[in-house]
This record gives sequence, C-alpha cells and structure tokens, in this order.
Amino acid sequence: MSPIRTEKNLQSITTAHPDGVGGSPLRPDGILKVRGEFAYSSDLWHEDMLWGMALRSPHAHARILSIDTTGALTLPGVHAVMTHEDVPGAKFYGLEIHDQPALAFGKVRFQGEPVAIVAADHPETARRALDRIKVEYEVLPTLTTEEQCLHPETYGYVHEPHEYKADASGNVVHEQKVVSGLGVTDEVRATADVVVTGDYEVGMQDQAFLGPESGLAVPAEDGGIDLFVATQWLHVDREQIAPVLGLPEYKVRLTLAGVGGAFGGREDLSMQIHACLLAQRTGRPVKIVYSREESFFGHVHRHPARLSYEHGATRDGRLVYCEARIVLDGGAYASSSPAVVGNAASLGIGPYEVPNVNMLALALYSNNPSCGAMRGFGAVQACFAYETQMDKLAAALDMDPVELRRLNAVSQGSVMPTGQEIDAPAPVAELLRRVKARPLPPALDLTDLDLRDLPGALSNTSHGEGIVRGVGYAVGIKNVGFSEGFDDYSTARVRLEVIGGEPVAMVHTAMAEVGQGGVTVQGQIVRTELGVERVTIHPADTEVGSAGSTSASRQTYMTGGAVKLAAEAVRNELLALGRRRYGWTWNDLSLVGGKVVSASAGPLVPIADLLGDSAIDVTREHHHRPTVAFDKETGQGSGHVQYCFCAHRAVVDVDVELGLVKVVELAAVQDVGRAINPLSVVGQIQGGATQGLGLAVMEEIVVKDGKVLNPSFTDYLIPTILDTPPQPVEVLELADEHAPYGLRGVGEAPTLSSTPAVVAAIRQATGLALNRVPVRPEHLTGTGG
Amino acid sequence: MRVTFTANGRRVEADDVWEGESLLFVLRERLGLPGSKNACEQGECGSCTVYLDGEPVCSCLVAAGQVQGREVRTVEGLADPETGLDVVQQAFVDAGAVQCGFCTPGLVVQSHDLLRRNPRPSDNDIREALSGNLCRCTGYEMIMDAVRLAAARAGASGEVSR
Ligand code: FES
Ligand code: FES
Repeated sequence: MSPIRTEKNLQSITTAHPDGVGGSPLRPDGILKVRGEFAYSSDLWHEDMLWGMALRSPHAHARILSIDTTGALTLPGVHAVMTHEDVPGAKFYGLEIHDQPALAFGKVRFQGEPVAIVAADHPETARRALDRIKVEYEVLPTLTTEEQCLHPETYGYVHEPHEYKADASGNVVHEQKVVSGLGVTDEVRATADVVVTGDYEVGMQDQAFLGPESGLAVPAEDGGIDLFVATQWLHVDREQIAPVLGLPEYKVRLTLAGVGGAFGGREDLSMQIHACLLAQRTGRPVKIVYSREESFFGHVHRHPARLSYEHGATRDGRLVYCEARIVLDGGAYASSSPAVVGNAASLGIGPYEVPNVNMLALALYSNNPSCGAMRGFGAVQACFAYETQMDKLAAALDMDPVELRRLNAVSQGSVMPTGQEIDAPAPVAELLRRVKARPLPPALDLTDLDLRDLPGALSNTSHGEGIVRGVGYAVGIKNVGFSEGFDDYSTARVRLEVIGGEPVAMVHTAMAEVGQGGVTVQGQIVRTELGVERVTIHPADTEVGSAGSTSASRQTYMTGGAVKLAAEAVRNELLALGRRRYGWTWNDLSLVGGKVVSASAGPLVPIADLLGDSAIDVTREHHHRPTVAFDKETGQGSGHVQYCFCAHRAVVDVDVELGLVKVVELAAVQDVGRAINPLSVVGQIQGGATQGLGLAVMEEIVVKDGKVLNPSFTDYLIPTILDTPPQPVEVLELADEHAPYGLRGVGEAPTLSSTPAVVAAIRQATGLALNRVPVRPEHLTGTGG
Repeated sequence: MRVTFTANGRRVEADDVWEGESLLFVLRERLGLPGSKNACEQGECGSCTVYLDGEPVCSCLVAAGQVQGREVRTVEGLADPETGLDVVQQAFVDAGAVQCGFCTPGLVVQSHDLLRRNPRPSDNDIREALSGNLCRCTGYEMIMDAVRLAAARAGASGEVSR
C-alpha cells in the first residue's frame, strides 16, 4: 500500500493513539464472534416464547376471496392466527410510500406476499397450522414485463390509480430526467465523429446476507412492545411498526440484536410487524426466524434493469453526448424505488465529463418480487452499462480503454450532469492509472498445473486446453449518504466517567452494526478525541436519537461524525472544568494517555483526578451539509452529499468450450479520503467487490411469470472461496474537507466497478458482446440463453 | 423422543424432541449452544459445521436422533476455557476475517479440521477445504490470511491444533 496523504483539515487538538483514528484495532465483538457467543437475532430465546410464522401467497397476482383460519386455530399448540382483519392500527406501511399491507387484503401482488400469521409452541406446529389455513384466490393475469407495466390501459394496474399514496401515473413508481448542456438533439449528434449504442440488462440480485431475518418481540407491562431485531435502521423500523400496532412510538422500543450482514436487504421491514402483532395478541414473547427460502421472499432485492445507452465522441476520444434510458423493475411495492431512481439518473452517466446529456430513469410497479436497497443502490446497474459503452467506444476509436476513460474522467471541480460541482478530490484518472500499472498475475503454467487453478477447478473439466485469458477495467461513481434534500442526521451520546480509577468513555448510538465495523470506528474516534484507553459501546437501541441507516456508505461519515462531535463536547467540558478549578490559561490543551496535556507545559493532571466522581454526558447530532431535490424535468440540483470512486482490473481465465469462468485476480484502487480503520477499509473493498463478481458471473433470482424459480443457496449461487480470487487493494487518502477527518464512504463503490471489470475481461477473452449480467456458461458457448 | 449425547465433553439430554428436528436445532434451541449458525439449513453454507465423532459435518443435515450416544464438538467447545481462544479463532480475529461473523463459527471449525489434517496447507488446499463455507461479507481474502496465520503460528509453537 502506498497511500497519499493530504489531511489538511485535521484538527491539531486531536491526538494520535495507536488504537485511535487511522489504526486498525481489533473488533470489540470479534472474540465473541469467533467463540460462537455473539447473540445474533436468530439466537434469541425467551422463557415461554412462541414461534411465529407467515403464510405467503403462492400467486404473483390474485384476488383474495376468502381466508378460513378455523383449521389452524383448533390445532393444539397454536396460540394465535391473524389476518389483516386483526391488524389493530394502520393497514399499510412502507419506507417512502405507505403502499404495502402488513397482511394482504383484497389482493396479493407478488408471490410470497404474507397473508396470515400464526404463533405456536414449536416451529413445526406453526408450519402445520399454516397448512390448515384455507385461502381462496382468484388468480389474476400478472404484469411482469416493461411493455405490460407501461401500458396499464391495456394490461391493468398493480395498484389502482390513487389507491394509495403512490404516484397517480399508473405503474410508474417514480421517474427522473436529467438534461444538461444542450440535451441530445440532432445538432448535438452531428458534432460527434463516432457513435456507439447498446442495450443492456442486469438481472435481479439478492443481498444473500447469511443471518436470516429474525427477531424476538416481547410484550411489555405498559402495553408496549420490546423488539430485539436485526435491522439497518432502528428508528425507521419503529416509525413503520408503531402505527400498524396502533401504539405511540414511545411504546415500541427496539434494541439491535446481532446482525448477520445486511447489504440493503434489511432496510425494509421483514418479520418485525408480524412478531409484534403476535406478541401483542398472545401476550407472550414471539420469535420469528426465516428459513433461507422464506428469506428470498421476505426481503426486497436489487432492481433488475434494462438500459439503453448512446454515446457520441470526437475522433480524439472526447465524449460529446450521452443519451440514456434506465428502466428498473420495482416489483409489487415501492420500497426505496424513488431514491434508487434518483441515483440511477444522477449517477448513470458515470465518472465522466459529458457536455450534453439526456437521461431518463424510472422504476415500475409490477407483479415481480419487490426491489429496493442493495449495496450500490441504483448506481450498480448503470455502471455495467456505461462501462461497457466505454469499452465499445474505445474499440470504435481504436484507443486503449483505460486511456479513453482517463481522458474523460471527472476531477475536482468537474460539474456533474445535475449541475453539481464536485468540490472534493475526485482522482478517477489516478485510480485508473494505478490499477493499470499493477503487475499482472503470472500466466497459467501448463507444465506444472494445479487443476484447482483452472475454471471448473475441482470438477476436473480441463487440463489447460480451451482456456483463454482476458483482462478488463472499470471505474464507477457512487454517492455517500442520503440525497435529494434528505436530512439523514445521526445522534451520538458520549459519557466520560471514572471507573476503577480509570477514565472510561461510553458511546451510545442507535447505529446498526451489521458487520461493517462501525463499533470499532466509534471506539477509535473516542480514543483519539479523549485520549482514553477504555471505551464501552452501549447496545444500539431507540433510547437514544436516530443514527440513520447503515446504508449508503454513510455510517462512518454520519455516526462517526456524531461521535466525534459528542466527544469534542465532552473534552471541552472537561477542559472547562480544569480551567475553572486550576485557572489554566493555556490554549494548547489536549487529552493524551489519560491526562490533560499542554503542548508547552507538558502533562497537567490525570483525567481521573480532574473528573473525580462526576460524569460528563453529552449527546450531539451530526447533520451533513444540506442537499436539494433534483428538478423533476431537468434533474438539476446539488443532490448529493459526497461522491466516492473505485477502479478495478479483473483478470479471468475462460474455458471457452464449457463456458466456465475463473476470475484469476481482482485488483482495486479506491480513494477513501481518510482510512479511519485501514484493515476494515480493505475488508469492505474486497467484500463489496466480491458481490460485484457474483453479479458478473452467477447471481440472479430467476423469475418467470412473477414466480421465483431459485429461492435457495442450491440454485441461487453466491461466490465461494474457490470462485473468489486474490484481491490486491490500493487505498488512496485524499481528504474531503467537508467530511469528518476527511473521510469518504467506502462500502459501495467497489460493488459497482467489479462487475463491469470482470465482464470486460471475459469479453476480451472470448470476443463476445455480453450485454447482460450475470454472464452464464450458455452465453459463452452459444448454447442457449 | 429423548436424545442423549456428548456436547463439548459434557453429557447432554434433550426431551420431547420432534423426530424432524436437526442436530443444529437441538443444539441451538434446546441445549443453549447457539454458536453453530443457521444460515441456510439446507446443507449449502457450512455455517452450522460441527464435529461429529471428530468429523466435520453440517449439523443442519444431521437428524437429532442420529447423534444418540455420539460425540459432538461445536465452536463453543473448540477452545480450552483456560487458554481463551484456539489458534484458529485468534487468527480470525487478528487477520480481520470477521465482519458480521455469521459464517465464522462454521469456518473456524472447518479451518480447525483442515489444520489438524494438513498443518501446512497451500492456498489451493485452503480454498478446497473451505469451499463449502459461504461468507458474504469478506470476499474471503482475510479468511485466507487467517488460515495462513493460524498455520504459521501453530507450526511455530509446535502446537498443532487438536
Ligand atoms: S445451515 Fe447447515 S449448511 Fe447452511
Ligand atoms: S463475515 Fe459475514 S458472512 Fe462472513
């Protein structure tokens, strides 16, 4: 690693600490996790607890004629059976649009929609009870294609117009245009020497977090509910749960249970409302744990997309215009489709300077599975398309594809198609230069072959014959934080007191630790700001203000920023106490090694002595700089908080006879502004890139007529350790002066660029066009698909 | 039915077990040993890996009744409570191989088994041995580092994990 450092914005008062900011202390939850003692949401247990389970629709679109629960209710061991009629409060909920029923009534709009729930003394009793619920359906024609969804007069509506708060415009959930420069007119087109076009498709990807949706709802004495759950955002869960239960928010208290990964898939509610309803009904704790199959139906997925692009460029490789249309299938309910559309439209041109743009992105309602947040959020699909376009354009111009990208790359000061100036480092050209300059992995040595190095590996499908190597590059742009005028602030409480003669800081936030290492970062920030060794992380719950979502690469920036503000306030209070008590006049005080230290006069007093029996307890909110909504017709507006960039080079070996791909190496260079925890930063980049690799060559929820054909890890494949190559990572640290410590969100950018890089490498090896991901063997052998 | 077996050296007994219950379910829900994880319960992910009579198995695929009288060792029983962590567990923490950690118990047991059989595995040996254990967070690089580190440490101390 050879990081570049330009941390001009670091405050001098903060002090270096080996386990502070910039260090890589071990995770505070690591030991529990390796011992199997960390309590995940599916591990929870309560005396007297019942098991909850949901009956789901077998149809993608049907009218519910009747529901008969008698058979289930009479089964011994069954304590409650509930349908929509038993929902005490609001019937609908949703992240942005309240269009999703807690339990279906009238209609079901996707396969797997929950229709009834039961609570029983054993999961098997619950399963048998579900079998005894009789639901009479009138099956309706499904709307599953773009063509059908865009012509509701002919094909019908997923939601009747004005039925809910959804857009009145039929089956379009949301659309966003972006027009910049002169737009794309015939005159503009005439100024281009070379034009390339392409139609692309991205399949439906699943987050496939390993910890199943699960939690435990415990009825409380005050008539409220205590819910222990794996989620990404406690407060927004509560906001949606409480009205359905008919309870005021303060009576619904959430505590984060251990989260086994999230990647966007826990941004929407899954089992939360159902467990609470059953607990409310039975007066007993209710645990719900999804099976893997149910998990595929129980959370939203990445929007599948169809994308059409046209790029024009001059002979010397300068981009002149880009016209693009991105159609995202949002499925039955809105989830976060509007924000996904905003991202697709505003980031869909890529990290390139394009003077004239005409972009349209939209999301549709359909009877397919609902889609919403997944790592990369609206920017992934477009990146596959625009990066493929860059390679096509390079070929048409007979240019090196990396040089073409570098020539057109944005940099600090560039203006995005939305009119937003990039006012922080944007080293896109440098990322590309560095990733290309990396040494290539050695060629396959056929004289000393380990079959496990070949595509097909353990299956012994080749001894080197028919194997062709390819190399591909890609780069992407992602936003950090919530956009379009949303104030996704975060709250942190820091308490400093003396325990056992030693100053101990406690950090209390509602941040969902989902594996990313936010709890490690919180400790680092406090150690740096307060010069203490011992930091306790309070469990995340709703007793403190919102931390916003663990998504959009935002938690280190937002909650890290809040912890920094709170810790600084604690420090100021402590120093003020010292000034009052000792009459200090120095202006060069800081907290180092458990002491108050003056840069000129040296150590003054131990923190423990200064603090004595008192405690300093401060809560602070951190708001990022305001953004604005994009203009509906032109997409103009400074809608994003921060941008982040990652470049990848993929090297693949393809068995061209069998269509098998082995990614040999996946190298990344990413700018992270400031690596608060370098080990975790690299882990995020490798993990994110691997999900992009999965999308490139294997991951797709296959849906036919609204029915999911592969809801299991047998049929929905994610990369194993054999599918995943060495991933050298180079991290740049070009500080963003608007962000705490200069940091930049890390987790998502690598998920964008790895997919097109892998596919570009396969294209180079095979000479095939490959306009769709995931690329499957039959696409490479021409034997189908 | 009643099932009696040895779990981590202790004789355990579970009553009223339904015949369809897996070893994983009995460990997690009846015996207070939730360390083995339930990521798929279909034999596809390895998160539930335990030793059964010294052989690593997916405990979600073993019917509870099958373990009657046999010996089970889970992630909770890997380390001597006296010494804290097994060398594999320590390496997973140190190398950054743990993010959400849901794959970790299974990977730790599987890696432990690998190093017992093959104290100096090549990278391909590691990949082959761990190919049945899914991890969604790490991209596996730091898991490779962890196993290499554990092998090096175990080799250096002359103490091959048991
Ligand atoms: S839970 Fe047993 S293999 Fe996945
Ligand atoms: S660390 Fe999350 S699945 Fe491996």
